[in-house]
Amino acid sequence: MTFDVAAVRRQFPILSEIIDGRPVHYLDNGASAQTPLAVIDAVRSYELTSRANVLRGVHRLAERATELYETARTDVAKFLGVQPMEIIFTGGCTAAINLVAYSYGQLLKPGDRILLSELEHHSNIVPWQLLRQRSGVELDMIPVTTDGQIDLGLLSKLVTPKTKLISLAHVSNVTGALLDVRKVVEAAKSVGARVMLDGAQRAPHGPIDLKALGIDFYVFAGHKAYGPNGVGVLWAKPELLEAMPPFHGGGSMIGRVTFAETTWAPPPRRFEAGTPPIGPAIGLGTACTWMAALDWTATHDHEMGLVQRVLDGLQEIDGTQILGPASLQNRYPVVSFMLDGVHPHDVAQTLDSFGVAVRAGHHCAQPLMDRFDLDGTTRVSIAPYNDNSDIDALLTGVRHAANTLR
Amino acid sequence: MSDELYQTRIVALAKSKTGAGKLASPTKSARRDNPLCGDRVTIDVKVEDGKIAEIAHQVRGCLLCQASAAALAGVAVGRDAAAVDELRHDAERAIGRESGKAHDPFDAFEPVANHKSRHECVLLPFEALKEALS
Repeated sequence: MTFDVAAVRRQFPILSEIIDGRPVHYLDNGASAQTPLAVIDAVRSYELTSRANVLRGVHRLAERATELYETARTDVAKFLGVQPMEIIFTGGCTAAINLVAYSYGQLLKPGDRILLSELEHHSNIVPWQLLRQRSGVELDMIPVTTDGQIDLGLLSKLVTPKTKLISLAHVSNVTGALLDVRKVVEAAKSVGARVMLDGAQRAPHGPIDLKALGIDFYVFAGHKAYGPNGVGVLWAKPELLEAMPPFHGGGSMIGRVTFAETTWAPPPRRFEAGTPPIGPAIGLGTACTWMAALDWTATHDHEMGLVQRVLDGLQEIDGTQILGPASLQNRYPVVSFMLDGVHPHDVAQTLDSFGVAVRAGHHCAQPLMDRFDLDGTTRVSIAPYNDNSDIDALLTGVRHAANTLR
Repeated sequence: MSDELYQTRIVALAKSKTGAGKLASPTKSARRDNPLCGDRVTIDVKVEDGKIAEIAHQVRGCLLCQASAAALAGVAVGRDAAAVDELRHDAERAIGRESGKAHDPFDAFEPVANHKSRHECVLLPFEALKEALS
């Protein structure tokens, strides 16, 4: 198979939008990706023909809804190479990390240590700080190298017998750096620690074989992976899910409730209290199937070709600096840069006038900004539907900002 | 159109860096952050008889925030807290949050009115100064 970007673009109607007379060049996929017709159709079909609550109803619509919801679980599981009953639908990626911090956190003791990194999204820092306040665990941090990668050379010093969990970004939402998971798992295994990956920026770029990675927890967001808002995924090894107490209490997550005592349902229900995000989950299942149908060797080459175009183009503009790996090695299609003398927000605002959507600021990674003494960066994040015209518009806009704002 | 946002007067205000820096012995300092975008403004003031005698600011933020701090520093000396409040109203009129016509120098920010996501960039220096005077 080859990669036909025009065919992919046709599946995303929003890319044909004209705003202020200009086409949309959407390069803010790391914040929220766009959604293909297949996903929109799946959610619409649920709402129009199968809308009901799941699990408990005996009527036909409830049965349809339950079947669609559980099929979505299977689709997500296939995307990750795991079993459906190991998939928990959450309200988002942040909610999934909070679930682990709360429920797995209940199994930790004061003095146990959790290892994070300097480039984590606040979502993979703050839930652990809350756990530290609640339960007395300690947090450690792996510093970042000058080219924006987690410095795994320090693992042997930072991983100790007290380390119970290592929780890291699979791909950095700022630098695009790809984690060498094998090294992390090896270090974790040497002390019996668990490994969690924040896959928010990795999942939108193709199926993942979690079993082969050898990790314990994986989380990602629906809306960054071409699915709807309001849904995320937690995968965990079944023995961990079995051992973990619930996060939220309510309907669906119980075995039997009396005022004296309540027993828990087995996973995944134990972690899906209340009515789940049914429509969004159905959409996300479809998004995973949509992604799985792409030829990811060709798609990855296409995405990384665009990254190269960004890196080459920026290099030709005076006073630009990349925060992240300088080459295509060890990176995914997220590129952060600074333009000397121009604040990232002013770069982003100027780009908007060229129809180019990017994100600027600290990207919910303030410790990383502090590490490099930066106010923020301008971030370009690429999806399969982006093409050369998007990158060329970006570079034209950056040149304009460089010429007019400094 | 965002191009219109960066008009000559705003860019000139930012580049003027009026009041940029620190005071050697401020009566009070205040720092305000915008948690959404990470902009940070620190303002030093020397207050005599309830009025601003000297003012200086450090801005880690965008061009709009720098321009606003410079505009504010340019007209703040000799004013008390109530008079600074009046200046804020002027800035709010410029960005369309209040009705009426803004005056120089804050009328320079009128192009920001259509960019709601940038209003806080203009107002952050006012927040810091208000805290410094409180």
